[in-house]
Amino acid sequence: MLNPGSLTSSQPGFGRAKPLVGSTINDQRITLAHGSGGKAMRELIQNLLVPIFNNPILEALEDQATIPLGELLQHGDRLAFTTDSYVVDPLFFPGGNIGELAVNGTVNDLAVSGAHPLFLSCGLVIEEGFPLDTLTQIVRSMKHAADRAGVSIVTGDTKVVEKGSADKLFINTAGIGVIREGVSIAATKAQPGDAIITNGFIGDHGVAILLARNELALEANVQSDTQPVHDLVFHMLDVCSNIHCLRDATRGGLATVLNEFASASNVSIQIDEPHLPIRESVRGACEILGLDPLYLANEGKIVAVVPSEKARELVDAMREHPIGKDSAIIGRVKESPVGTVMLVTTFGGTRIVDTLVGDQLPRIC
Amino acid sequence: MKFVDEFRDPQKARILLQEIQGLIKRIPICGERPIWIMEVCGGHTHTIFRSGLNNMLPKEVEFIHGPGCPVCVLPRGRVDDCVDLAEREEVIMTTFGDAMRVTGSRKSLLQAKAEGADVRMVYSPLDALQLARVNRDKEVVFFGLGFETTMPSTALTILQAKQEGIKNFSIFCNHITIIPTIKAILDSPDLHLDGFLGPGHVSMVIGMEPYAFIAEYYRKPITIAGFEPLDILQSVWMVLKQLAEGRCEVENQYTRIVPPYGNSQALQAIQEVFELREFFEWRGLGSIDHSGVRVREEFSTFDAEQKFPIPNLKIADPTSCQCGEVLKGVIKPSQCKVFGTACTPQNPLGALMVSTEGACAAYYNYGWIPEEDLHPARSSV
Repeated sequence: MLNPGSLTSSQPGFGRAKPLVGSTINDQRITLAHGSGGKAMRELIQNLLVPIFNNPILEALEDQATIPLGELLQHGDRLAFTTDSYVVDPLFFPGGNIGELAVNGTVNDLAVSGAHPLFLSCGLVIEEGFPLDTLTQIVRSMKHAADRAGVSIVTGDTKVVEKGSADKLFINTAGIGVIREGVSIAATKAQPGDAIITNGFIGDHGVAILLARNELALEANVQSDTQPVHDLVFHMLDVCSNIHCLRDATRGGLATVLNEFASASNVSIQIDEPHLPIRESVRGACEILGLDPLYLANEGKIVAVVPSEKARELVDAMREHPIGKDSAIIGRVKESPVGTVMLVTTFGGTRIVDTLVGDQLPRIC
Repeated sequence: MKFVDEFRDPQKARILLQEIQGLIKRIPICGERPIWIMEVCGGHTHTIFRSGLNNMLPKEVEFIHGPGCPVCVLPRGRVDDCVDLAEREEVIMTTFGDAMRVTGSRKSLLQAKAEGADVRMVYSPLDALQLARVNRDKEVVFFGLGFETTMPSTALTILQAKQEGIKNFSIFCNHITIIPTIKAILDSPDLHLDGFLGPGHVSMVIGMEPYAFIAEYYRKPITIAGFEPLDILQSVWMVLKQLAEGRCEVENQYTRIVPPYGNSQALQAIQEVFELREFFEWRGLGSIDHSGVRVREEFSTFDAEQKFPIPNLKIADPTSCQCGEVLKGVIKPSQCKVFGTACTPQNPLGALMVSTEGACAAYYNYGWIPEEDLHPARSSV
């Protein structure tokens, strides 16, 4: 556990992590000793994680975070609880790193229920030999992202595994938030006539990661869109409290989320290719690599199904928000064929957009 | 996007579709049965489904999806051999992306990788050669496959490897050649075909001349086609125009890429490195004479089949598959008795379900949309 019982913290401020002194093996790299439960692990927690995450609940250093129910109740009437593990390779990419992703991803999973995200846990699985300064940089990014999203990282766990047993660093974050009273969003609630909305360019994160792997000898100025969406969601709920479905389009992209809505609600969803916001650079990379941007991952893009009479007003409101400037209505819900997503292509044809079997694999020629 | 959007212009598509409507009426067999046009290349199949072109053409025109998906037509025995190679301790197997998922009788490269084989996806054989340069203690094998489109890059990579004296690089050659296969299809007694869309990128290398026999001997029109939706639509129009005018010629729609006599440097590289095999096995079509190539003897140190013991087993296609009949246009993918049941993209039994360029996979993924759901309500919200 990250909280080693009786240890107390000197409450240093954010960013003032101390070097790990007195470690038995190597001060500059994470060793198995840092996950052993002994002194080295305590130092890692006390001198790195606690000072950076910097909040009183964590600093209590108990085996669990203790959260007063009264505080939760101020935000709504239902608890939202989620977890996600982050294993991205490379750890750093244009627009962010695994730390930011681990916070924003879990914040967004809470936010799309209409919840106010409040508390996160942080589980680190570190490969032996991982550079300490890289870990520090990632943990600082987590703190930065948490501050941006208004959440605290209040409990955690650290494990170190032998070299080769994990790829550098994996992070798990679980999160809790509280859902606003009266808000009820579910994938089952799409109705024929509803409009489909997204908050901006799709596929940025997927392409940024592909290019950052540096295997393709392709260059493009594409940044990951990793960002928290909760504030935008609140903004949307202020305009339309009756959002029917809402999800963030992460792995599997827009196509996967729309298929989930179509199946869960027993409806058909039709989207218009000319209305899809896709950057030229992302389209270009997809053309060259034989990939479909509809399936590329995003890390700050939501897909909403809303009553059509509210759609225009909602998009106008979203466009006023910093992360909604490129919002667009991209399609509509129809009665049939049930469980199916269809794309009206720029060319004027219609095709089905199915869920992928596995990862997209580039075509041979 | 420049150089792409111009070829997806819906206005021009509408004009061409109107022209096509007019042409059809002038074709003698129209009204008796559909006009069957085979798109030879898997890239065309992909575009046809991805752009929704299949749903835009008048119902009198039907596509027959041809054998030009090199991943699809790879027989199971060859995939088994490749997996065998990949599972060798000293080997790093390199391959194009969509070849990873093709299953042999035992498993796919993707499964072999999951079980610990060192299998890496590359975008070019030159990437594989680079891996060989930096992994001198390993044997890097490139799973070479594809028609004349990809053959030159494999050939040039072997020439480069020879020049550099690289010893730990070889290719497992599964390159195939399209002309004998088109001929085999044309010789098939149950053939249903009125014309062809010729493979654009193969033709970029081989030129137009090798197709002359299709027009002259078999009396079928053929148009070499590009890969954007408008390219294909225009090529369909060109084939229909030939049919309406009673002509059988080799025409070139893809003039911006395909020179009439091909690419002499590419052809020279192919000639230098490869020679025809007596026959090669195709999934769904069986053995076709002179339809595959192998590495010439003088480059045998770069030939994985010479360098490693390879079981070279022949594994018959599953008997339930009707890929051959689909390829010849006798039945549609959805009419195959295992389509969507025993044979799906998750567990492909037959050749055409394997790659996204395969006709059955395209049918399964992009699907047929009921007519009543196709045309109404295209207005935006």
